[in-house]
Amino acid sequence: MRKIFGFHGGIHPPENKQQSLRTPIADAGIPPQLVIPLSQHIGAPARPVVAVGDSVLKGQMIAGPAGFVSVPMHAPTSGNIVAIEDRLIAHPSGHLARCIVIASDGRDEWIEHSGAADYRDLDKADLINRIRNAGIAGMGGAGFPTAVKLSLKPDTRITTLIINGTECEPYITADDILMRERAQQIIEGTKILSQLIAPEETLIGVEDNKPQGLAALRAAAQGCALEIVEFPTKYPSGGEKQLIEILTGKQVPSGGLPLDIGVICQNVGSTVAVYDAVVHGRPLISRITTVTGEGVAQPQNFEVMIGTPMSYLLEKAGYRPDNNKRLIMGGPMMGFTVPTADVPIVKTTNCLLAPSETELPSPPPAQACIRCGMCALACPASLLPQQMFWFAQGKEFEKLEQHNLFDCIECGACSWVCPSNIPLVQYYRASKAEILQSRHDNEKSGHARVRFEARQERLEREDIEKEAKRAARKKAAEERALAAAQGGGEEDPIQAAIERAKAKKAAQQADAGAGEENEQEKLEKAVTTTRKRLDTASAKLEQARADGSDLVAALQTGVDKTRTKLEAAEKALHDYQQEHA
Amino acid sequence: MTLMRITSPHAHGPMSTSRVMQNVLLATIPGIIVLTHFFGFGTLVNIFWGSIVAVACEALALTLRRRPLGFYLKDYSALVTAFLLCIALPPYSPWWLIAVGIASAILLAKHLYGGLGYNPFNPAMAGYVILLISFPIQMTAWAPPRGVGELPGLLEALQACFVPSTFDAVTMATPLDLMKQNNSLLLEDLWAQNAQFGRWAGIGWEWANIAFLAGGAWLLYQRIFTWHAPVAMLASLSLMAALFYDGGSSASGGSPLFHLLSGATMFGAFFIVTDPVTSTVSVRGRLIYGALIGALIYIIRVRGNYPDAVAFAVLIMNFAAPFIDHYTQPRTYGHRDTRGEE
Repeated sequence: MRKIFGFHGGIHPPENKQQSLRTPIADAGIPPQLVIPLSQHIGAPARPVVAVGDSVLKGQMIAGPAGFVSVPMHAPTSGNIVAIEDRLIAHPSGHLARCIVIASDGRDEWIEHSGAADYRDLDKADLINRIRNAGIAGMGGAGFPTAVKLSLKPDTRITTLIINGTECEPYITADDILMRERAQQIIEGTKILSQLIAPEETLIGVEDNKPQGLAALRAAAQGCALEIVEFPTKYPSGGEKQLIEILTGKQVPSGGLPLDIGVICQNVGSTVAVYDAVVHGRPLISRITTVTGEGVAQPQNFEVMIGTPMSYLLEKAGYRPDNNKRLIMGGPMMGFTVPTADVPIVKTTNCLLAPSETELPSPPPAQACIRCGMCALACPASLLPQQMFWFAQGKEFEKLEQHNLFDCIECGACSWVCPSNIPLVQYYRASKAEILQSRHDNEKSGHARVRFEARQERLEREDIEKEAKRAARKKAAEERALAAAQGGGEEDPIQAAIERAKAKKAAQQADAGAGEENEQEKLEKAVTTTRKRLDTASAKLEQARADGSDLVAALQTGVDKTRTKLEAAEKALHDYQQEHA
Repeated sequence: MTLMRITSPHAHGPMSTSRVMQNVLLATIPGIIVLTHFFGFGTLVNIFWGSIVAVACEALALTLRRRPLGFYLKDYSALVTAFLLCIALPPYSPWWLIAVGIASAILLAKHLYGGLGYNPFNPAMAGYVILLISFPIQMTAWAPPRGVGELPGLLEALQACFVPSTFDAVTMATPLDLMKQNNSLLLEDLWAQNAQFGRWAGIGWEWANIAFLAGGAWLLYQRIFTWHAPVAMLASLSLMAALFYDGGSSASGGSPLFHLLSGATMFGAFFIVTDPVTSTVSVRGRLIYGALIGALIYIIRVRGNYPDAVAFAVLIMNFAAPFIDHYTQPRTYGHRDTRGEE
């Protein structure tokens, strides 16, 4: 028997899993319209490769990955692309995002696809390619591209591959029912992953509140080199960090990845998706989603196409809108409320919880923190939530970071136990966002400062260089003057001076020779035009005098001025001729 | 249809602050019964009058601070303060003594600092110390236990409280007083000469302590607090007593059992030291906090000027709690040491 390590804290909320486990997985069918968000994963949104009006087949790629950390999207059924536009998606902030909208044709016609039944012959690159092309992103909730997680550097040693079948959140049973009904596929998918990353050991971790799932897995895993580990139920043992500690006793370093301690985790849902992709060549176009809560008449699990509107799925489960005030994607501990039921199911939608007001009452107003410390006892990260709350209220961000705010996994255990109903997680989320924002701002102003300082430095440097050059020139000139004054030097300075003078004169003559004609012509032209002007002006003056006009004085001045100009021009010409005679 | 937008978690556990306070109130009942049995109705009258004053003071403070009355009054914290202070006061205390104590506790020690959750000092103990320093005679006048002196009836108890001038109080030194004043008798002889002593400690006192221990154990079972601070306090008090017991000479400080079952030991360990607001927050911090209170209680009881010391020890450590917190931050997941650097 394997040693089970514990983890600090944790809580035991009512499980509420039985409601949705009464019936097997149901097929949700083909909704009339599917809305496929281009970003359902961590990383760059996919890029559409279809246009409005195109008809697509089931499994056809409709958007390709944009970069390494990205995943492609595929048509969940056959139909026509009717729009590529911004739509409301399931996101905590309720924002719009680019989506491809498909009107289904009801034929559900597959594109040609083929898998590799014997994946053992495939090499690593080929396997990873198949996983990447299938558009698989972590289906436990985070949505990290699976192919990226599996692309290891050649020298990376993985000691433990962990398949996460914990599903510790209340209400959610998607993984449980997957283990019950598709244990064989989980085992095959695990083998593929195991072949791909060659770990020293492969573990499938399951909480002991899933005896049927465990039994199915054990039966399917007969004779396989992997271990199915059962451990006590406690929330949040399905958190990646907590599960790693439970199974290996090791902790993922703060700010690091499981990879840093030689561990890779995969959710059972992602494992089945890997199996489908490799063995059947089937991309990730549907998933198991739990629909539960007192807001639906028949809580159950559905195999549902990605892009199916939540409202369609709720109807399938017998939605009772009058019994439901909030709709939660995910579980009651970490799930988030969606703005309307029209948003689509995505690759990470493991649960749709429609609770009644009695089952999950609206939070009452918070009372004062009495520092009872129940939160600290419940915190799986061994934080001091009551202290962090104190600092968050006072916006003491430095203290918050000192108390390791960023190691908070937002599991909600502290808020759950808080006798004063303080929404602790909300305070931490807000503080994290503010700290990240101020870090970002600091970085930006830091960049600006660096740029400014660099410019200042450059200007100063240029000034200094200029000054140095000037000084050097000055010095050289002084030396030359000195040398000339002394009239001596190592070489014959007189001879040198004569040569310099000769060279200068030659250069001057060469210059002057070209301009000589021009200069004389210019001067002659000036004299001619000025004389003409003087003649005209004098004629006008005579005329004015004869007429007795009152312009005589003005004209007289003009004539005098022109005469002066003419004299000057004649003198200039004369001088020039003298000089060049 | 508009759906509600709330951030996670959406579920909440069954615990509430009112329930915590109610449990604390319930857990005092065994102790109150024993005190009443051995010392008469004085404690009950204290609590009755103290509760009225406490709720009135709380309502006054909330009104002045413009807080919704109903919402804050139903957290029961004022009643808890009243119960704890009135249990600690001598039975048959006059009404004004109780009123001054409660008003000091609720108005000064609690609301002046910002109300529930923001007070650095335990309100009940702050009120107690204010009274002890201001009215030492009234505060050290303890009634003789059943079988040693005559117990007043209920009417007399009410008279003692509300018309104190007409009440002829009979008081007697407590075992802790006798122990402190003794400097010539072997403990054996001290026991023989004074009727107040019982099997292990004082008559009445030993059973009251056991009753408060029982109440505390029930609170522990209810997970209202953890064992760390009370156990550390009792352990360090026992250790100090054992170190300086010396077998019972005239200079002896008293046996560990005597100290565990005397005065406010168990009451303090389970109802005062465990006050979460004014104590330290981490498990290690609470061990240190409790242990230092235990040591201080012994030192003040044996070497100080006052016969009992729970209130002083607790207030002194209330001062130190933030300091202890600073050095006892637990190691966070994925970090190597405790100070948040790595």
